[in-house]
Amino acid sequence: MSEAVSKLYKALRRILAEPMGAFGVALVVLMVFGAVFADILATAEPSDISPRDRFQGPSITHLLGTDHLGRDLFSRVLHGGRIALSVALFSIAASLVIGVVLGLIAGYGPRWLDNLMILVFDALKSFPTVMLALALVTLFGPSLTAVVVVVILVNVPGYARIIRTQTLALKSAQFVSAAQSMGAGTTRILRAHILPNVIGPLLILASMDIPVVIAIEAGMSFLGLGVRPPTPSWGAILNDGFAAIRDTPWIAVAGGLPIIVTTLGFTFLGETLRDVFDPRLKVR
Amino acid sequence: MLNYSVKRLGLAVIIVSVVMLLLFTMIYLIPGDPAAVALGPRATDAMREALRVKMGLDQPIWIQFWNFFINAWQGDLGNEVLSDRPVTDVVLEQLPFTLALIAGGMIWSIALGIPLGCWTAIQPGGIVDRIIGILSVGVIAVPSFVIAIYALLIFAVSLRWLPAIGAGDSGDIIDQIIHLILPSLAVGLGWVGYLARLVRASMLEVLEASHIRTARAFGLPERLITYRYALTIAILPTVTLLGVGIGQMLSSAVFAEIVFARPGVGKLVYDAILTRNYPLVSGAVLVTTVLFIAINLIADLVVGVLDPRVRSRL
Repeated sequence: MSEAVSKLYKALRRILAEPMGAFGVALVVLMVFGAVFADILATAEPSDISPRDRFQGPSITHLLGTDHLGRDLFSRVLHGGRIALSVALFSIAASLVIGVVLGLIAGYGPRWLDNLMILVFDALKSFPTVMLALALVTLFGPSLTAVVVVVILVNVPGYARIIRTQTLALKSAQFVSAAQSMGAGTTRILRAHILPNVIGPLLILASMDIPVVIAIEAGMSFLGLGVRPPTPSWGAILNDGFAAIRDTPWIAVAGGLPIIVTTLGFTFLGETLRDVFDPRLKVR
Repeated sequence: MLNYSVKRLGLAVIIVSVVMLLLFTMIYLIPGDPAAVALGPRATDAMREALRVKMGLDQPIWIQFWNFFINAWQGDLGNEVLSDRPVTDVVLEQLPFTLALIAGGMIWSIALGIPLGCWTAIQPGGIVDRIIGILSVGVIAVPSFVIAIYALLIFAVSLRWLPAIGAGDSGDIIDQIIHLILPSLAVGLGWVGYLARLVRASMLEVLEASHIRTARAFGLPERLITYRYALTIAILPTVTLLGVGIGQMLSSAVFAEIVFARPGVGKLVYDAILTRNYPLVSGAVLVTTVLFIAINLIADLVVGVLDPRVRSRL
């Protein structure tokens, strides 16, 4: 255990030694801190409507101003961080599980199944992301479910392909044949011998997808196709601000700023992580 | 090369077919009776039944799919719900606006990305290189709709340098270009970063090559070596990414069209969703996806001509 801690500590020091990494860590810490302690830090209830206070500029009582319903934007931004972060973590975790399972099946299963799956993955990848999102909204209606399904359909083909390629390469490795000759079943081979060897690079790539997923959630909510009002979401705040951009620009600024901070933070962190741990992934 | 082209084209046809199957499944799964949605709440049962027969909804599902499939390959995507016009016509009317936007985005990304990539490759590790490196990652990371809103806020609302909405006067080309500047910047800025990084990496590789060393030994001016001998080779890998880039710009264009209230396919699909005009949604999604697949096909074929190695990979 202590070995793992010292390894983690060393990794963190290497990341912090890079200016980009340190900047990324700072932004991510800021964002996660705001989201986790949103209840304590928020100066008002994020969904409390107060018509008398609407369209107020930034001040001491309303740090980022108020929107068209008089809701405190600072509190909405903090709580919006919770939505962004939980959607990102949940949908990436789901994509990882589905991607790994499908990738193992494609790589280890029969040839025809592999070909079929690759074809479906390629077809899914042929949709421009936003077009896929718009098409799926017709099916699921504007909801968080639609956002999660979009993220899964966007990410799974890539994840499954990585796992598939590596599984194919390992399929005929000597240690796999050895396990087979000792009577190990398919599930055991996949779980104990192949999975540990293929999962590492995928986790780094998945962590780099966090900002992309946050952008998808914010983008769909901006179009009014993601989370439903009055749930605070950065994209929804940006949309409120867009509707009133001429007279009260601070609403749009308040909605855009956290999206910029978060996507920059996670991207800088991810880039540094990749450079530090696995420079081979750089050529993608 | 012919063998590769035929294989690659065949693959594209198969992928388009699978895309059609996926879209058909999606339309089929939409809750509610399409005939009832099209006719509205005041229609009688007999009217709904008549429309169901006309739309072919009384047929078994595989016949419905077969009809959809055959018609789609012939360019017939059915009629849209509101005005009963052919979906293909409506989409093709809007497509030039979106293509102009993407072309604008391309121009921004090429005009800024390639020089920046060269510039940073000449002195790798220097202060200019580091700053541009961080900026490139930054513009790639920030979503295009945030860039679009902030660009609108800064250049159109605050500074009033450029117009905020519309595509400009239809007869006035200068006016149209002025209306294109901001939206295409929002669409292309991310790719400025991508291109800068890509060109930098491939320039660094090429500058090590022996023909560059020979050119240096001959005493050719550094400027000539960089732009004439190194860049022309270093630029090749960007062609492969062009296809991917246009796909991402198609996505960004949807947002840019909505933010800047421009006509285009993205705005069309968005409005169609709000009015539940589902045949129009699936038709427009199909057209843009096929366009994307076609662009990737062309990019791959161009790379196949330029780089014989990729031909054997298919």
